[in-house]
Amino acid sequence: MKVPYNWLLEYVDIEKDIREVADALTMSGSKVEEVIEYGKEIDKVVTGLIEKIERHPNADKLRVCQVNVGEEVIQIVTGAENVQEGDTVPVALHGSTLPGGVKIKKGKLRGVDSNGMLCSEAELGIADDDSVHGIMILPKGTPIGVDIKEILGLKGGILDFEITSNRADCFGIYGIAREASAKFRVPLKGIETSFKEKDENIKDYIDVEVKDDLCRRYAARVVKNVKIGQSPEWMQQRLMDAGVRPINNIVDITNYVMLELGQPMHAFDHRFINGKRIIVRRAEDGEKFTTLDGVERTLDSSMLVIADEKGAVAVAGVMGGLDSEIKDDTTTVVFECANFNGPNVRLTAKKLGLRTESSSRFEKDLDPNLVDLALDRACHLVEALEIGEVVGGKIDIYKNPVKPYTLEVDPNWINDFIGINISKEAMANMLGYLGMKVEVGDKLKIEVPTFRQDIRIKEDVAEEIARLYGYDKIKAEKIKGEAVEAVLTREQRLTNIIRNVLVNRGFFEINTYSFISPKAFDKIRLPEDSPLRNTVKILNPLGEDFSIMRTTLIPSIMETLKINYARDNKEVKIFEVAKTYHPAENMPYEPVKLSIGMIGKVDFYDLKGVIENILYVLGIDKVDYERDEKNPIFHPGRCAKLLVRRKSVGYFGEVHPEVAENYEIEDRIYVAEIELMPLFEAYKTERKYKPLPKYPAVDRDIAILVKDEVAVAEIENIIWKIGKEIVEQVKLFDVYKGKQVPEGMKSVAYSIIYRREDRTLTDEEVNKVHESIIKSLSEKLGAQLR
Amino acid sequence: MREQLEKIKLEALEEIKEATNSQRIDEIRVKYLGKKGSLTTILRGMGSLSPEERPIIGKFANEVREFIEEEIKKALLNIKNKERELKIKGEYIDITMPGKKVEIGGIHPLNKVLDEIKDIFFGMGFSIAEGPEVELDYYNFEALNVPKNHPARDEQDTFYISENLVLRTQTSPIQVRTMEKTKPPIRIIAPGRVYRSDAVDATHSPIFYQIEGLVVDKGITMANLKGTLETFAKRFFGEKTRTKFRPHHFPFTEPSAEMDVSCFVCGGEGCRVCKGSGWIEILGCGMVHPDVLRKGGIDPDEYSGFAFGMGLDRIVMIKYGIDDIRLLYENDIRFLKQF
Repeated sequence: MKVPYNWLLEYVDIEKDIREVADALTMSGSKVEEVIEYGKEIDKVVTGLIEKIERHPNADKLRVCQVNVGEEVIQIVTGAENVQEGDTVPVALHGSTLPGGVKIKKGKLRGVDSNGMLCSEAELGIADDDSVHGIMILPKGTPIGVDIKEILGLKGGILDFEITSNRADCFGIYGIAREASAKFRVPLKGIETSFKEKDENIKDYIDVEVKDDLCRRYAARVVKNVKIGQSPEWMQQRLMDAGVRPINNIVDITNYVMLELGQPMHAFDHRFINGKRIIVRRAEDGEKFTTLDGVERTLDSSMLVIADEKGAVAVAGVMGGLDSEIKDDTTTVVFECANFNGPNVRLTAKKLGLRTESSSRFEKDLDPNLVDLALDRACHLVEALEIGEVVGGKIDIYKNPVKPYTLEVDPNWINDFIGINISKEAMANMLGYLGMKVEVGDKLKIEVPTFRQDIRIKEDVAEEIARLYGYDKIKAEKIKGEAVEAVLTREQRLTNIIRNVLVNRGFFEINTYSFISPKAFDKIRLPEDSPLRNTVKILNPLGEDFSIMRTTLIPSIMETLKINYARDNKEVKIFEVAKTYHPAENMPYEPVKLSIGMIGKVDFYDLKGVIENILYVLGIDKVDYERDEKNPIFHPGRCAKLLVRRKSVGYFGEVHPEVAENYEIEDRIYVAEIELMPLFEAYKTERKYKPLPKYPAVDRDIAILVKDEVAVAEIENIIWKIGKEIVEQVKLFDVYKGKQVPEGMKSVAYSIIYRREDRTLTDEEVNKVHESIIKSLSEKLGAQLR
Repeated sequence: MREQLEKIKLEALEEIKEATNSQRIDEIRVKYLGKKGSLTTILRGMGSLSPEERPIIGKFANEVREFIEEEIKKALLNIKNKERELKIKGEYIDITMPGKKVEIGGIHPLNKVLDEIKDIFFGMGFSIAEGPEVELDYYNFEALNVPKNHPARDEQDTFYISENLVLRTQTSPIQVRTMEKTKPPIRIIAPGRVYRSDAVDATHSPIFYQIEGLVVDKGITMANLKGTLETFAKRFFGEKTRTKFRPHHFPFTEPSAEMDVSCFVCGGEGCRVCKGSGWIEILGCGMVHPDVLRKGGIDPDEYSGFAFGMGLDRIVMIKYGIDDIRLLYENDIRFLKQF
């Protein structure tokens, strides 16, 4: 909220620089987001009286002026045509500065001395452009030789506050002034509200009926013999500084009061209130109404309207109607000053897409007791500006008046809770500045004014004390008491281990959105009945592409590979540890999964190796890899299901060429998706030392020819089974196809290490076992020894 | 005979000195000390000497032999050292050539900074709590003093799954969840993804990370809140970091504050990052509202606590000078390789 500094100073005497005030108020809880200082750069510009104007001897378009700037009369050459002898104008003296850092120096114009410059509004940074042509002419009687900043009110500037939603009272400048009064411990001045009522009775002009409790209070006054026109310069300037456009004197008064006190008001033209009756009621569903901005709106029964006998004249608390607005020939005005249910105004404004200065105040739930002050203030201003006469009496429908709230707080508790030590008298003093009445006993008995609905419990009072005392003065202390031990869960610890393995294997961690497009399932070839298509859906997504919570990490890692591939990053190794989301009875189920993706000079076995590394580090040994031809995402011949303790925990392999094409990648892609919880459960914590071997090993190589489709796992199973007594290690060291190997066959070579723990093996023993292995391979797999 | 021995001694010494390699030394050994060597030959002729001369010459001959052996030993050592030096000289390599590396990957910048923050709090006795991302409206809003139709709901544009389920807009729901499960003393941080329906641009992302903190115990004060967060700020941003606590408003803390830290880019002088103010807003915090303690099953008359929440993405962006939040979720490998 924009607060012109001069306006604020009307209620509190603070003799401080605007920036100092901004910092102090920020530290006491009224955050100043920006300080706008008008005229900050203007220097040595004063008011001057043009005493004499003569033609320039050498130029038709120039004129030579003698200007009285107070202490002397100086000569200035100007090209402006709008100045006349006797005008008072802003004069930039020799050595002066204008906004934008422009320096003015004396010099000669076409041979004639010129000792400064007459300024336009644009040159002073007041107007945005030269829409007002020529030099700025100041009102007659403006003192001469005075700093222009004082004349134009350019000193001070504007404070822009961020008001938090709990402080409805600070949506008026007077509320900010109360804060300043409390911060600087200076008295808050009263608001002038006096005016004279005419003999007539308002009842002869208007009647009001409130039909709904959403309107907590409705007050009105009538002003007659109104002379519509512009409001005075000072009022217009203040409204503009506060960000409100001046309209006419009556509307400007309602806005002025709103800015000042935070209480929105509305003015109706009495002529256009049909039946001279105001009815506050719910709108009818589908009721049409044209607001001030000329837009026809459709209302519904959740909304409150101000109506006359024919129809709505205003959407309560949001905006008035076009028909009853104040016009140039308006002579009788009805001032409305009311209080509406905050959440309802908020919803109405939201539904209509019409958030106004008024609705944004009402939605904070204003104090109904503010109504009297605001209405009287408006009438006072009417009288002060001499633009009308206030009709006697007022209408005030206020069923359940709000009373001040009283609570008791132990001052010692406040000191203990905040960690400070101040006296109860000092506390009472602080609260007093905030408008609270405090009785000091063992406890503080506090009467909270109705404009502070946010203060209800002792913690609220503690905050008032803490912020006025100054958060910066509270000592920083270590937590005392029982030491608390920090522990990482097994899941957290093991996740870190897995991430480290991947990083050490050259993978980069990625972070992708949790929501995806439903089309992603088509792109990865999931059939219509795939359980992965059963998703948690967002009711109000940013768009279809972000509309469902992912059930698999594969589309995200594919998108990431796609982005990189398109940008010519063709060697990519990435992984992500993230949740997927699956509908369940009450809350969705959110398992954590690991996805891995690779493109570049890699193959299936690079990917498998990484997975084996992870399982090795976790000490998981009951692992099986099963061929999976049915997984639609993958190449049917290059996909494995990963089983840990016989339970499927994920899958990996080469992405199906059609999927690759869907993601516009022309290289082979390898991806994996593994659920982490089963790995954590299978993690082996216990390791036991086994004595180092005492007896020598015997190393035998074996090379066999088998059919292509024989899996090496089958060969290894046979070796282990036959040789289990003495085989220590089986290591595949070569798989060869090509020359000297018949078509449809492959050559597979192993190194087998034999050893006994209890004695040295004899050659005979080894030969016997080795030969039965060869025999068994030949019988069961048709292997031929090479 | 004595003269002959003297001569052999001199000749041998001469030859040994001239020898430049171990092979030549071997030849010299054979020539003088071998079975047919000159010294051996002379010793064989000792029989012709008188009994008086024999022990004298014999002793001298032995001295000569020992002398030659000693010289050969010295010469050999010398030559070996020279040969080794020569070998070393020929084995110089270009140590500026690149080393043999295994390609190492990297942790995402968000998680890298998060790990750092976790470590700091871990060191202060904070464990790490987690909670669901698809959250009940109750935990995300109502238990935090934000009932339906509360204006604060407008400030956090929420993604809804159903009437009662939302994508959590903050990590704060973990506060009440933790209190329900754990008896004080509680000291946790809870990092995680949060969601707001903000359109994507350079400074807005519909998904971002927050880190929640919660401390509940007997006698926890606002001074403890300041002490804890100041310690964090100094550990994370550097020992010279200053902090500033400003009053603020959150529905679930009372009193509430925002913490600024002195700009870690310019040190508080004022720069582009801190918009000239010298301060950077880092987190919101406050004393846990008694209603929230009650919702967590904790008696506010017996216990008090403080809570805080900070946005990770912004801290990461300022720390690394990243000017567009989208880079964090786009995962261009050339971007990821920079951290």
